[in-house]
Amino acid sequence: MAKKQIMPLWFYRLASPKYCYQITATLLPYFAAITLALLSIGIVWALLFAPQDYQQGNSFRIIYIHVPSALLAQSIYLTMALSGAIGIIWKMKIADMVAYACAPIGASMAFVALITGAIWGKPTWGSWWVWDARLTSMLILLFLYFGVMALYSAMGNSASAARAAAILSLVGLVNIPIIKYSVDWWNTLHQPATFTLTEKPAMPVEMWLPLLVMVLGFYFFFATAMLLRLRNEILLREKRTSWVKQLVSEL
Amino acid sequence: MAALLLKVNELFCERDERILFENLNFDLHAGKILHVKGKNGSGKTSLLRILCGLYQEYEGQIDFLEENVQEVRDLYNQSLLFIGHHVSVKQALTPRENLNWYAKIHPQLDASLIESALSSVGLQNYEDVLCQNLSAGQKRRVNLARLFMFAKERFTNSLWILDEPFTAIDVDGVEKLERRILYYIENGGSVILTTHQPLQIGAVVEQLNLDDWGT
Amino acid sequence: MLLNQGIYSGNRDGFEVVHMIRAFWAELNRDLLLAFRRRGDLLNPLLFFVMVVVLFPLGVSPAADFLAQLAPGVLWVCALLAALLSLDNLFKSDYEDGTLEQLVLSSESNYMTAMAKAIAHWLTTGLLLALMAPLLALMLFLPTEAIPVLVISLLLGTPTLSLIGAIAAALTVGLKKGGVLISLLVIPLYIPVLIFGASAVQNATLGLPVAAHFAILGAMLIMSLVLAPFAIAASLRMSVSS
Repeated sequence: MAKKQIMPLWFYRLASPKYCYQITATLLPYFAAITLALLSIGIVWALLFAPQDYQQGNSFRIIYIHVPSALLAQSIYLTMALSGAIGIIWKMKIADMVAYACAPIGASMAFVALITGAIWGKPTWGSWWVWDARLTSMLILLFLYFGVMALYSAMGNSASAARAAAILSLVGLVNIPIIKYSVDWWNTLHQPATFTLTEKPAMPVEMWLPLLVMVLGFYFFFATAMLLRLRNEILLREKRTSWVKQLVSEL
Repeated sequence: MAALLLKVNELFCERDERILFENLNFDLHAGKILHVKGKNGSGKTSLLRILCGLYQEYEGQIDFLEENVQEVRDLYNQSLLFIGHHVSVKQALTPRENLNWYAKIHPQLDASLIESALSSVGLQNYEDVLCQNLSAGQKRRVNLARLFMFAKERFTNSLWILDEPFTAIDVDGVEKLERRILYYIENGGSVILTTHQPLQIGAVVEQLNLDDWGT
Repeated sequence: MLLNQGIYSGNRDGFEVVHMIRAFWAELNRDLLLAFRRRGDLLNPLLFFVMVVVLFPLGVSPAADFLAQLAPGVLWVCALLAALLSLDNLFKSDYEDGTLEQLVLSSESNYMTAMAKAIAHWLTTGLLLALMAPLLALMLFLPTEAIPVLVISLLLGTPTLSLIGAIAAALTVGLKKGGVLISLLVIPLYIPVLIFGASAVQNATLGLPVAAHFAILGAMLIMSLVLAPFAIAASLRMSVSS
């Protein structure tokens, strides 16, 4: 299709599934190695060397999982919605596949954030679930993910499913700040301010540095997992093309 | 020389992992009828829906009056009349109400022609009967009455896309429809249609057989 | 250059605006007429609203002070569910009889016609639910001074529900098992409206000000009125295309 070139060339080259498959093959080992390194350093540092919290003792260490997964859950939703939008605007199949690859990873991050929040809640609040603003927002984010995934599973992985999921995730993206604001507002109304998992007044460097490592590690983990799913999806959707057939015959 | 109404370039469409057609090229000039042929499942309906803009999953380019149809969508929509497989008639409304709605959402249809259009399809005295009380053939005629409402001053460079328009219509009705189509193209319109019945209006009809383009 | 010789040469933009407004009224008019012809169906969401509200005294407790405390939330949740369940039919019959694809062919954007459908949906469900709510409020012992606030909050909130819900209805209209799916897609998006609607009524029972709640509900209404039709129209184009 003759379209005006308004984006850099690499953007258009990425649109080719074959090129995308090849370039991700070179990227993937690096991403995996960085993920492994960051996560192992981060976990050892966080669990063994970071100081205890003077109020919560060791139970605070769960933030090294909770915070990165909560951050990821939000970032992945943004990634999913934006690549869905790119898929609609430029009719770019790869962007559709990226959005498709993101959904379950994002949902599992939201789930991990909720579970770790609940585990942390038991020693801190004395119950597994508290209607805390952050946890409630995370729960609703998980519902938004479920909606997108349900739409995918109802419509298969056709082009119209991609378009439908993209519309829904964009609508969700517009709504997330509104949901977040109204849940925060609702929370202050119904609950006295308790101390929350993440809002620490001035966390010392020895505490937040390992957290930073973990957050970076989680981002690279997402990139790795997403690329794996994306490559799978490329092969599935392009299975009738000659280059995939050749790839299979070489096995 | 009549205007080049539609130019279809390198059209490719697959459905359910089956290629319906690829590298499909054809031109349609004003004042012509294009008869799309092919076996069941050869992609006739898909092609017609692509040409209407109702089906988006295709590759290739469609030009309307030498402009990409994507960029002149509003003008194209208002030069188009599409009759598909559906009844396209609301059961709980009367023929008059149905056609009145059509005239308002499609400015190429003229509301003042509703009466005459309904009598042209043999539905005089049925104007105000709810469509749910009409027979299947009569409902089909209500839908086809839109052909008789198309404003004459807009015939030039306009297009009718008719998917099996003669289904469930009796011999007299078919003849009337063919006369209307003939009148339409003689006054500058063009038609793309599919039908399994032999067309009486032979002379101006071009053929496109999808069986030659698929795999 | 060929295009300029057409019938619409000259003031095309003006023509488009007139056409869109005409199509808006035609669609609204048709949907309301259809609703009137099948006016028995209008009762269904209302009956649902009543019946679900009745479940609460039966399922929880009929004690007046307890119900009064519960009433703002229960009334809002039930109204929301009633509006939600009526979404399934919003585009279904148009999709099945083919008038939806003819509507999609009426203009490129379909912004106004999408809005017309959502407004028609609100006029035939949300509006009626809001008018019905005082009766149920009495059954749940909601203090009478809170009843006007309940009605106004529903009048401001339910159009947003119709507009957002229409997006989900448009996305799922081509699917056979659309019903439950719509709820999954839409409930998370309904939460802000529920929070502000229910807490407006809550505030009214406590004699607290509600103006801020109304302002926020109004803001959400305006925002969804402006933005939702884009998403509805895009979803409808997607649905008729598959």
